[in-house]
Amino acid sequence: MITYVIRRLLAAVVLLFVISAATFAIFYLIPRLAGSSPETLATRYVGRAATPETVNLIAHRLGFYDPVWLQYGRWIKGVLVGAEYDYGAGVEHCPAPCFGYSFITRQPVWPDLLERLPVTLSLALGAAVLWLFFGLTTGVISALRRGSMLDRAAMGVSLAGVSLPIFFTGMIALTIFSYRLQWTAPGGTYTPFTENPAAWFYALLLPWLVLALQFSAQYARLTRAGMLETMGEDYIRTARAKGLRERDVTVKHGLRAALTPILTIFGLDFGLLLGGAVITESVFSLPGLGKYAVDAITTNDLPKVLGVTLMAAFFVVVANLVVDLLYAVVDPRVRLG
Amino acid sequence: MIRKQRVLVAATAVLALGLTAACGGGGGDSDSDSGSTATKPEFNAGLEKVYNPSDKKGGTIRMANEGDWDTLDPGETYYGYSWNFLRLYGRSLLTYKVEPGPAGNELTPDLAEGLGTSSDGGKTWTYKIRSGVKYEDGTVVKSADVKYAVLRSVDKATFPNGPAYFEQFLNLPEGYKGPYKSKGVNTDSAITTPDDTTIVFHLKQPFAGFDYLAALSQTVPVPQAKDTGANYKQHVVSTGPYMFDQNNLGKNFSLKRNPNWDQATDPIRKALPDSYEVALNVNADDIDNRLLSGDLDVHVTGTGVQPAALGRVVGDPNLKAQTDNPYQSRLWYTSIVGTVAPFDNIECRKAVEYAADKTGYQTAYGGPLSGGDVASTIMPPNIPGYQKYDLYPSPDGKGDVAKAKEALAACGQPNGFATNISYRAERPKEKATAESLQQSLARVGIKLTLKPYPQGDYFSQYAGNPPYVKANKLGLVVNGWGSDWNDGFGFLSQIVDSRVIRETGGSSNASVRDPEVDKMLDAAITNQDAKARESQWAAIDKKVMEDAYILPGIYAKALLIRPKTLTNVFVSASYNMYDYTALGVA
Repeated sequence: MITYVIRRLLAAVVLLFVISAATFAIFYLIPRLAGSSPETLATRYVGRAATPETVNLIAHRLGFYDPVWLQYGRWIKGVLVGAEYDYGAGVEHCPAPCFGYSFITRQPVWPDLLERLPVTLSLALGAAVLWLFFGLTTGVISALRRGSMLDRAAMGVSLAGVSLPIFFTGMIALTIFSYRLQWTAPGGTYTPFTENPAAWFYALLLPWLVLALQFSAQYARLTRAGMLETMGEDYIRTARAKGLRERDVTVKHGLRAALTPILTIFGLDFGLLLGGAVITESVFSLPGLGKYAVDAITTNDLPKVLGVTLMAAFFVVVANLVVDLLYAVVDPRVRLG
Repeated sequence: MIRKQRVLVAATAVLALGLTAACGGGGGDSDSDSGSTATKPEFNAGLEKVYNPSDKKGGTIRMANEGDWDTLDPGETYYGYSWNFLRLYGRSLLTYKVEPGPAGNELTPDLAEGLGTSSDGGKTWTYKIRSGVKYEDGTVVKSADVKYAVLRSVDKATFPNGPAYFEQFLNLPEGYKGPYKSKGVNTDSAITTPDDTTIVFHLKQPFAGFDYLAALSQTVPVPQAKDTGANYKQHVVSTGPYMFDQNNLGKNFSLKRNPNWDQATDPIRKALPDSYEVALNVNADDIDNRLLSGDLDVHVTGTGVQPAALGRVVGDPNLKAQTDNPYQSRLWYTSIVGTVAPFDNIECRKAVEYAADKTGYQTAYGGPLSGGDVASTIMPPNIPGYQKYDLYPSPDGKGDVAKAKEALAACGQPNGFATNISYRAERPKEKATAESLQQSLARVGIKLTLKPYPQGDYFSQYAGNPPYVKANKLGLVVNGWGSDWNDGFGFLSQIVDSRVIRETGGSSNASVRDPEVDKMLDAAITNQDAKARESQWAAIDKKVMEDAYILPGIYAKALLIRPKTLTNVFVSASYNMYDYTALGVA
């Protein structure tokens, strides 16, 4: 068990290296192959009045004249042992893990990531609780009352939920609930939990619901399908024949078996969300990792893009590991090793 | 409920004030008998007049920005909205009058006691600093702090995004890199401070418009002991009526009153609200919704209503009455490139001027309200010196096909020709412009092929890179320009001076190469007579249009949502958005 976890963690580190190298290459190698010079790369990070001398200065400062492997090595070194950064009036030390300094704002990336993580975490956790609750209950009820009005209504709503994109449902929800009815908070009013839990809850309620609508719809359909299949299995009949209560049959025997595929999907979904619920955060102006990523990409801010990409990859990897460990709990047939 | 109370309070305040003369209405020459204040919510009520005047203090003004602030550092920030806002926490030597109407374009002393006095034919400029101005910590501001602030802004390795006018004009020592890198270098050749209240700028060449540079935020004093280079924006030391309270870069910041600001030293600002809150990176459509619902007071970038809310605002008379529609000091235009045959022949360029459908251009940018007015000159009407004329008129703005064909015949291309038009791929309005021109020019046989390029590299690699333009036959380049400040130099110098074109690319001037125009620019720059200078800018404008190097499209306008929650709302002619130093909370 422990060796299994260690082996998986080592593999994760290797994977993160590969991802960082690939991101780096996309950013530096492809433009260079397309004929960009260090100066043209640097023109993205100077003002509109920049003289060729300024462009040259910045290309030097950002290290664009060095070979790509050297630039990558420097970045890795920063992550592992830290780096020195010249802020004009002096030099400051950026302790490990130093994910570099933004090309645009010239502020270190790592503190930004740490600061934005709680926002994304709040969003993902709250939404996950909601969608698991609604998704699983509707799924189970629909499966047990198959063909009933309830089943049809639930599946109809969930079909709509799956097919409506968040940038649509989010905008509509904001217009109706925040601006017309004034029940929920308008966008861009996030307050940290540690500052004011009530304001935190108020600001996140609508994003949670909107995000959960999409996911619970998906989970309801998955749960329903899984339940329908397992409830028809022989061992369910055996359990009933033993005289177990119907509730135990459904939850302990039926749902437990149906959970395995849902757990897999959940691990992936949740990991991805932690890396940034890009659209939800943009629509609701939540200062999380997803919004950070979008802003970084539109301004070609490589250190930020790299930082947030790695963080997202890290969460996907970890979430998958957790899921694999949970398999052993949910399904006794699974042996890790 | 709360909102109703607010409206009531506002109405009472307005009634109580009654016909009290509005402060700052002195500019007056544009105002007719209707006075210089307005209280009735109607379209453009805040354009030339003070809407909802009041002297009531207190309250918080809530602002939002759809992106990040470029930087709060006065030495580097390079956006009009930021210069407008910066006056709340910083005082430059000069600034623009806090008045509605054209007076808002006039310079007025701020940290300085008066406008600059020049000697040596415009090569030396002297300013006296007001006594009693203090930083937020109580230290007295000295002329040496202004010198230091200007010199640090020259360090382009640390502040790459800032304006570069000072290094262009000041007589700095050869190879000077700013006070961080060139420590201890004597800079008296560029700036001297004979005493604590006098600062003298020494230029390389005469520049009659130097007062405009003295109004740049780069002259806001910076105390050397508190300067932390690129990190100074984390805590800018205030000289204005407000100082930073919270500052979460990239997310939000807030201002509170600066106890060491003294109204007696400041004839410009009224400092009505107690605080300001600014949220960054807020969804732009959400900003519109919140403005309309009263949850937010100001869209700080002043770029106006987004397409999503435009229909709703324009379609509802009550909402439209809550808007102002100022010019943006920006021209959307298309460069006609003389280095690409057959545009080396002036008649072929004229054919484009005649054939283009300007109303199509306007539609491409979103129509008259959010796009702007059809243009026939290079300088927009809100730039002092603008003269109205149209060298290539057409009956209804849809182009004059007959004249265009005549020009083509004179050019030796009676059946037309084929060429390319470039635009920025990320900008749907530029794409629509290119498509509109493709249709209107096809009427006379000029066949255009559309060439989209990424906007990040548009000028450096493609449309602004002369060898690339020539090799790829980009005869037309969809373009646009907004001035750093509202005068002919600010508007024209970067787009009509052939000497700003660089073979390595990067210039916004994609087409104008006329030595005559260069000479006229040099003459205007050194002319000390402001009125005469204005007519010189107009003459340059006309000369470029005679050369037919620029096809003017539209004078850009924005539809601003006027905050019903605020008082003293008016558009500043110099910033083309609400004057942020005048606002109060209703």
